Amino acid sequence: MLDQTALAKEQLLKSKKVWTNGEVRGKIVVYACAYFMIFAAISIVIFLGFKGLQSFTKNGVSILEFLTGSTWKPADHSNPQYGAFPFIAGSLAVTLLSAFIAAPLGIGGAIFMTEIAPSWGKKLLQPVIELLVGIPSVVYGFIGLTVLVPFVRWTFGGLGFSLLSGMIVLSIMILPTITSIATDAFESLPNSLREGAYAVGATRWQTIRSVLIPAALPNLLTAVVLGMARAFGEALAVQMVIGNVKDLPHSLLDPSATLTTIITLSMGETTFGSSENNILWAMGLLLLLISFIFILLIRYLSSRRKIS
Amino acid sequence: MSARTADRIATVVFIAIALVIISVLAGLLSFVFINGMKHISVHFLTTPSSNLLAGGGIRDQLFNSFYILLITMIFTVPIGVGGGIYMAEYAKPGKVTNMIRSCIEVLASLPSIVIGMFGLLIFVTLTGWGYTIIGGSLALTVFNLPVIVRVTEDAIRSVPANQKEAGLALGVTHWHTIKTILLPSAFPAILTGAILAAGRVFGEAAALLFTAGQSTGRLDYTDWNPFSQNSPLNIFRPAETLAVHIWAVNTQGLIPDVKEVANGSAAVLVISVLIFNILARLIGRMIHRKVTAIK
Repeated sequence: MLDQTALAKEQLLKSKKVWTNGEVRGKIVVYACAYFMIFAAISIVIFLGFKGLQSFTKNGVSILEFLTGSTWKPADHSNPQYGAFPFIAGSLAVTLLSAFIAAPLGIGGAIFMTEIAPSWGKKLLQPVIELLVGIPSVVYGFIGLTVLVPFVRWTFGGLGFSLLSGMIVLSIMILPTITSIATDAFESLPNSLREGAYAVGATRWQTIRSVLIPAALPNLLTAVVLGMARAFGEALAVQMVIGNVKDLPHSLLDPSATLTTIITLSMGETTFGSSENNILWAMGLLLLLISFIFILLIRYLSSRRKIS
Repeated sequence: MSARTADRIATVVFIAIALVIISVLAGLLSFVFINGMKHISVHFLTTPSSNLLAGGGIRDQLFNSFYILLITMIFTVPIGVGGGIYMAEYAKPGKVTNMIRSCIEVLASLPSIVIGMFGLLIFVTLTGWGYTIIGGSLALTVFNLPVIVRVTEDAIRSVPANQKEAGLALGVTHWHTIKTILLPSAFPAILTGAILAAGRVFGEAAALLFTAGQSTGRLDYTDWNPFSQNSPLNIFRPAETLAVHIWAVNTQGLIPDVKEVANGSAAVLVISVLIFNILARLIGRMIHRKVTAIK
């Protein structure tokens, strides 16, 4: 009799122990996963920062020359020059130009889905947007290379490999990003805004132009900035159509290069640890810093949204 | 111009924009399929690629793509789901949570080429592995984690609060509630999100260029020992994926039939991504129906 009660007590304790163990173990696992995220982000920043600064600290490249110089001859051993300005300019140019095309199209598409044809427009366009997101970037680059480049060559002259081709490919790639966020922006506007405008006799276009777009503006800007961040970081699709020359482009039809395309091209061809390889890591660090700027910009825009 | 005409013009413009977007997609897909379907054959899918001669296939690239995807998912899904549970259930408002959220944001917005460079630095050079499948998968894990975290967090948050409260009210502990109530009801949404993310991983090339490499050694498909040199399962071998292959043949290919191989590969890649999309929807709906008994 005594034995049995002892046994039962022991079992109870045991099961209780298992129970709390599971609780603690689960919590530890989940916390570990969350802290892993911090670990990953910080180690990326530290390692890329350390490696990216090497060409300034070890190889003695001047930061000013790197950012503003326009002669890129890292392989010239007697007088190497590391001016990355043409690539920085190329990156900025394709990013801004593609945003110029994609922003009106994306926001227009969003307005079509939410305001013009709210009943069936979304059913029609939503899958289209999702499919556009799904197409891999190399496929965009490949189609750009086989269709767009010859098309630009025949219509406008030049090589076809140009800023223009890069801009068109990128604008198609960032179109879905802008459209889907802009759609959310318009959908989250309270209906009273629309009803108020209609009640005072505004037409649909007047409502969209002077009520809905201003009300959704911070979100629309976020959409465009996110699109630009994506365009800025895209490597392979641009590399396939932009021509990759080392000079500053003077017109839309000139071939050009961006930070990402030069990294893509030269990383495999230079020896790890050499000065012409280290300067590529400096460009990688620059990409990292610019993506931080994009994050800060988006944060600023969303903090504005909360106040209004 | 009267307000009415302006309104009409604007409506026409918006419809035109929608048509432009639709025709861009239609153009892209029909280009890929019309040009690519001609070159997809059993022979194309089951022959190894050739560096110099015409008639090469994509057998190894296709296998590598799926294999890298599988290993990436083995890393990403547990960590990502754990992170998502933390964000949805354990995160208290404060410095640490803000820090984690910022880190997820940073990881999500990194250009994939930068992740590739990080992979090159850590998993290729520092570890001394060289170009390997495991290096590529770890780089893709970094790239894919924020997506899975966000998907899981949203899925758990969208479980009705009364289900969780009912569990807690019965005296079930927090972790047990998460395990037995929240995760099962969030499962369809997590699975759908994971499959969609898989489609993204499948088409990724920039992060793999410098981590998994641009070549594949000779593979022996009869050798399934993961530790042997020529085994397709060996995770310490370089592996060119399908997306990288498309890039490589187009920019540095020496084979005479670049067009054919690239067209066929692009079609296979797009079809695979489409299958991932359709699967995600179907499976999500099916499991949702099974779990919740909603018709």
